[in-house]
Amino acid sequence: MTHMVKQERRRAALYGWMLLSPALVLFTTFVFAPTVATLWQSLFSAGTRRRPPAFVGLDNYADLIADPVFWRVVGNNLLYTGIAVPASIALALGMALWANARIPARAFVRVAYFTPAMLPMIAAANLWLFFYTPGFGPLAALGLGSVNWLGQPETALWAVTVVAVWKEAGFFMVFYLAALQTIPPDLREAAQIEGAGRWTYTRRVVLPLLMPTTLFVLVNALINSVRLIDQLFILTKGGPDNASKLILYWMWELAFSYFDAPRAAAMTVLVLMVLCLVAVVQFTLIDRRAHYR
Amino acid sequence: MNASTFLNIQGLSRRFSARSGVGEVSLAVGRGQFVVLLGPSGCGKSTTLRLIAGLETPDAGSIEIDGRDVTALPPSDRSLSMVFQSYALFPHLDVAENIVFGLKVRGVARAERRRRLDEALAVTGLEGLEDRKPAKLSGGQRQRVALARAIVAGHPLCLMDEPLSNLDAQLRHSVRQDIRALQKRLGMTVIYVTHDQTEAMSMADVVVLMRDGRIEQVASPADIYERPATTFAAGFIGSPPMAMLPADLLGAADLPGAGAAADLVFGIRGEDISLRRPGEGRLAARVLGQEFLGAETFVNLEVAGAARLTARVPGRVDTGQGEHVSLDWPREATHWFERASGRRFALPSSPIDPPRGSPAVVRPAKGY
Repeated sequence: MTHMVKQERRRAALYGWMLLSPALVLFTTFVFAPTVATLWQSLFSAGTRRRPPAFVGLDNYADLIADPVFWRVVGNNLLYTGIAVPASIALALGMALWANARIPARAFVRVAYFTPAMLPMIAAANLWLFFYTPGFGPLAALGLGSVNWLGQPETALWAVTVVAVWKEAGFFMVFYLAALQTIPPDLREAAQIEGAGRWTYTRRVVLPLLMPTTLFVLVNALINSVRLIDQLFILTKGGPDNASKLILYWMWELAFSYFDAPRAAAMTVLVLMVLCLVAVVQFTLIDRRAHYR
Repeated sequence: MNASTFLNIQGLSRRFSARSGVGEVSLAVGRGQFVVLLGPSGCGKSTTLRLIAGLETPDAGSIEIDGRDVTALPPSDRSLSMVFQSYALFPHLDVAENIVFGLKVRGVARAERRRRLDEALAVTGLEGLEDRKPAKLSGGQRQRVALARAIVAGHPLCLMDEPLSNLDAQLRHSVRQDIRALQKRLGMTVIYVTHDQTEAMSMADVVVLMRDGRIEQVASPADIYERPATTFAAGFIGSPPMAMLPADLLGAADLPGAGAAADLVFGIRGEDISLRRPGEGRLAARVLGQEFLGAETFVNLEVAGAARLTARVPGRVDTGQGEHVSLDWPREATHWFERASGRRFALPSSPIDPPRGSPAVVRPAKGY
């Protein structure tokens, strides 16, 4: 009897591993192995044909931290994240509330809001390149023609941020829209009868019920603010004077423009660590305050 | 409209399409009454309730609550509360927060809120559950939270939209009594929507039977059962439902004095029917089958013309399938209706005619 139970249990375990294995193989090949390789590489010097790579410990990290460009890039990215994430979430929420209300041409409004999310970032960036062109684009038609948005250090980072917000908000709106539609209309009516106006209802009922979605969107927005930097290649290439350079773009430069693979690897490890930390903090702290049905 | 009219509805209409909605509903409800809107699904009872609540805007007509015209007021200004079929509890708020939601919104002071909350919790028996989220409550507890939320503000009018339909049968029975007791104790006027005639009959002071967006009959449970105004009311209320039979099945002696047999139909409550040997009663029938229910037996019968009806006989009866019997009932237990309009046919005062072969009429206790 116990033998059969044991066998049955083993069979269940085997099925579990079999179901898990495709994901495990893919993740190991394309995520875990490269991560470990990167970590390993970040501890060695760059090898040449004559000098094989030598173990240098944390030298690559020390080099990075000593580089003023590192701090510039980190500062840029913090500002970029600090603006783009809350702005795109707020905009997404606003658009979702608007597109969920009983308005004429609702389907059209939804599609219009979602269009930027469907465009490839490269295409969106080219579009905005046109918008930003001094003396030529639509911004020029608004009387801002003399400003070289992308060409001066004071505005370049902001210009790049605006593109990201415009691109992301429509995508996040879809999640909010889906979440809003799961809120039963009874709740609104109950709140109405209890004397809650539209604003009170939104603040006391809708926003708390959207908390899980907000958490999900927040994690994604934070990751994207590090990950999604395609527009830099089109708009500024990180310039002028590193004014709009973000971490990932710099990593790409280190690896493929300066061929400094070990420092690029060190930078990658740092970013991974920070992102992991952010995810852990988010899921533990905000999870406690989010209501899941 | 008399002095004690609390809720007065005049010519209320709201049409969603030609077939749905309500049309020309007029109703006066006295203060402290328990009024049940009853009807099959799609009859407009919920729409009527939502119109009273202000969740729907009427196409025409007016609503007065306590002498105040509220037709154009938003729901929050009508000083009423509502219990939803789904309970509509806020899932992210605990029991206490759910109950005082409205008080908080209206800016009632904390101490007052606490006092009223304690009162509502005590009345509904929810003490000790204040900190639970709705997801952690049973169906009956959720229902009580919804009830507590409805009474906490002390509004004189409470609307209930099928509040028991998500409870199991046993719980439903006890909650029915609880709600009724609570309503009496607080002196609330309650408008209660249901499609369940048992709820309507057992709770209501006044039953408003609706059909196709119109009011079919307004009466006390006893009246609507004993004197249904239409064939629809007769068929809808009572179990087994009253069957309508063509008047020409009966002999001339049994017909009401005036009116041609072709223009009339009649029905008899199941419990008024007694089974006799062939030829001894008023109407010949054949037994199709029977359902033994313990205290009584439903005997399914077929009469001439393939019309069917069900007799409700106390205790156990031994009739075989296909057996021929004769049905008898007290003459005054016959409900006459006009065939065309379905309206109750007013009997001209007729000489008393004791039922043949049966002793003094004792009407059995009514079951619904």
